Amino acid sequence: MDAIVVVLVVAGLIFFAGGTVGILRFPDFYSRLHPAGKLDTAGSLLTMTGLAIFNLFPLSVESVLTSLKIILIVVIVFLVNPTATHAIVDAGVRAGLEPWSKKKEGKR
Amino acid sequence: MEGFFLGVALALGVLMLLSLYRGIFGPTVLDRLVGVNAIGSKTTVLLIIIGVLYKRVEMFVDISLAYALLNFIAVIAASRYFYKRKGLEESSK
Repeated sequence: MDAIVVVLVVAGLIFFAGGTVGILRFPDFYSRLHPAGKLDTAGSLLTMTGLAIFNLFPLSVESVLTSLKIILIVVIVFLVNPTATHAIVDAGVRAGLEPWSKKKEGKR
Repeated sequence: MEGFFLGVALALGVLMLLSLYRGIFGPTVLDRLVGVNAIGSKTTVLLIIIGVLYKRVEMFVDISLAYALLNFIAVIAASRYFYKRKGLEESSK
């Protein structure tokens, strides 16, 4: 059971690392939102699932309820993170930020 | 398993420091908001790992849940504040 936990948590860490590299390296605000919204959600899903499985043993009522609460956090993150991303991009569009393009970069 | 979770927590801390670069030096205000949102979603995971290390998961789960909701409310409020405000470009000009 420990092997499953290690695989899940390391996979989640890989997703988090990819999201961080994307936030640092992408050229534009709109393209930076893509790793920030997607990879963080996927990484927290995998890592939290691994931690819930680790918390499940030894089996008792209390540990099962705690694991269910961890899964509840995952559900809340899945509802909340895309909504926050959409709110940020909506504010950017309303404020009139220009999307990045290769032609414009060459002109500078 | 203790050492493994300690390493995972340290790696998450390093990733949060890297995201903090975008939060400090981001060219627009919304870039800073993206960095802060990424830090918050890593913190919810880090809190549960701290709970596993201290063997008090049932307490730290509640803190993590509250942190997730608070992060969401902060991002929504900030993005509504900058909703129709022009001139979000950098203030260094």
